[in-house]
Amino acid sequence: MADAEALLAQSHVLEHAAPLALDGGQALTGVRVAYETYGTLNADKSNAVIIFHALTGDQCVASPHPITGKPGWWVRMVGPGKPIDTDRFFIICANVLGGCYGTTGPASLGPDGQPYAMRFPVITIRDMVRAQVGILDALGIEQLHAVVGGSMGGMQALSFAANWPERTRAALVIASTARHTAQNIAFHEVGRQAIMADPKWKGGDYYAGGKGPDKGLAVARMAAHITYLSEEGMHEKFGRKLQDRTEKTFGFDADFQVESYLRHQGLSFTDRFDANSYLYITRAMDYFDLAEEVAGGEGGGRLADAFRASKARFCLVSFDTDWLYPTAESRTIAHALNAAGAPVSFVELSAPFGHDSFLLDVPALDRVIAGFLKQ
Amino acid sequence: MTALRPDLAVIAANVAPGSRVLDIGCGDGALMAALRDGKQVDARGMELDPHDVAECVAKGLSVMQGDADSDLIDYPDAAFDYAILSQTLQTTKRPDKVLDELLRVGRQAFVSFPNFGHWRVRASLLWNGRMPVTRLLPIAWYETPNIHHVTVSDFRDLVEAKHLTVEGAWFLSGDKRISDAAASWRAEHAVFLLSR
Repeated sequence: MADAEALLAQSHVLEHAAPLALDGGQALTGVRVAYETYGTLNADKSNAVIIFHALTGDQCVASPHPITGKPGWWVRMVGPGKPIDTDRFFIICANVLGGCYGTTGPASLGPDGQPYAMRFPVITIRDMVRAQVGILDALGIEQLHAVVGGSMGGMQALSFAANWPERTRAALVIASTARHTAQNIAFHEVGRQAIMADPKWKGGDYYAGGKGPDKGLAVARMAAHITYLSEEGMHEKFGRKLQDRTEKTFGFDADFQVESYLRHQGLSFTDRFDANSYLYITRAMDYFDLAEEVAGGEGGGRLADAFRASKARFCLVSFDTDWLYPTAESRTIAHALNAAGAPVSFVELSAPFGHDSFLLDVPALDRVIAGFLKQ
Repeated sequence: MTALRPDLAVIAANVAPGSRVLDIGCGDGALMAALRDGKQVDARGMELDPHDVAECVAKGLSVMQGDADSDLIDYPDAAFDYAILSQTLQTTKRPDKVLDELLRVGRQAFVSFPNFGHWRVRASLLWNGRMPVTRLLPIAWYETPNIHHVTVSDFRDLVEAKHLTVEGAWFLSGDKRISDAAASWRAEHAVFLLSR
């Protein structure tokens, strides 16, 4: 990853001077937003692109992760000469509100000097975006060249385009949805209940004494990870192959490779993520319903109305093996944009990796992203 | 820029500048790009093949992956000045219904298709007794996407049955215009501009 190292990342923290008014009715004071930038902002400040990260992502989109040391989560997409070209664009990527990498979240200290834990207010996708719009204000960027996001990042990109329509010329939404379905919410609830059932969760007040609810968080991650893959991909990778043995043990060890893989995914996740952040961010995703958000009432609103004021170009991408946010979800958004007369492109790409396809090697995605941003 | 296919060139020459256009089955977007760059047309596309859609996006065009048979229904009435269906009618499941949809979403519709009444086709069927494989219909009967072959005369009958108005008709052999009189057997290709 030579070019990843050569890519100069700058770390910043925005301190919101005024309290951040939240959708839930509360106001959060002293909000800090940690973000990275790549490339150079041009003189008329017209080449900025915000990349919004997914549920367990972070601001290190193209630079090594501070804890794991692994390359950035989208280093294959972001860099000099890459589809999101740092030679041309000034890239901003922030850690979301409620996160655990420098932006204010449940692990941050409240006004009384104690971690917020479950006193942290429940936030929404729009609240996450609101916190990041502050970065644009601070940098004097009136209008972005584009907003880009996959999965939860796509929800933020949609929310941005709908709620701050003047502030971006384009929105690229990958493997995402305009609202969480009952099935999406159900999977998240399994994860949250796993965390809260861990005795070490202690009602969220685990920050003082040693380890948190790692077992619960690992189970949450394991369950979620299944939803990120496709059945074909899983079968191809693991099948029913046994792990480090030739026979079944007739016990509950990780006999199968797929079990071993999931356990590893779950455990390694606990080293880099805060359990309470997981609760808050999944909740924000569950509450997401763009039509309802814009209509301002529960259960109401036409999705097309969300885009009435937008003059941005849109591009929606889905993957044929993604069953978490299947193609139909992207189509729904595309139809709403069509009805609103917005210039919109939509394409379903073929890839074997399920929902995770947007993070993996899918050359067709590179071409779509590069082509869409080039304009 | 490469020259447009002859039927597309006819369409491009007859689209009013600054209009709103939906190109259904837009392929790699060559016509849309020409209309946008040459006539400041607000062009939108629909295309089944994801590779072509990606190609269009790379050209800065707005294209929806979709199927003329099923997805036109998602567009509002009279959203476009022109709906364009070039070399696609014969691949649709119900060309008559697609025609209705074209003139619902567009005030006018350009429809172009290879003429199955061309003399080579007639001769091939007459002398060989086999489904013709020609320059414009190059694929064998068992694998062709063209499931509703149509002749100029057939199309005129359908237009009449639907009480549509023919605003213009162009007949081509290669890139040469053919007179209306000789079109039914000499035209390889027909382009119609219709309105309701």
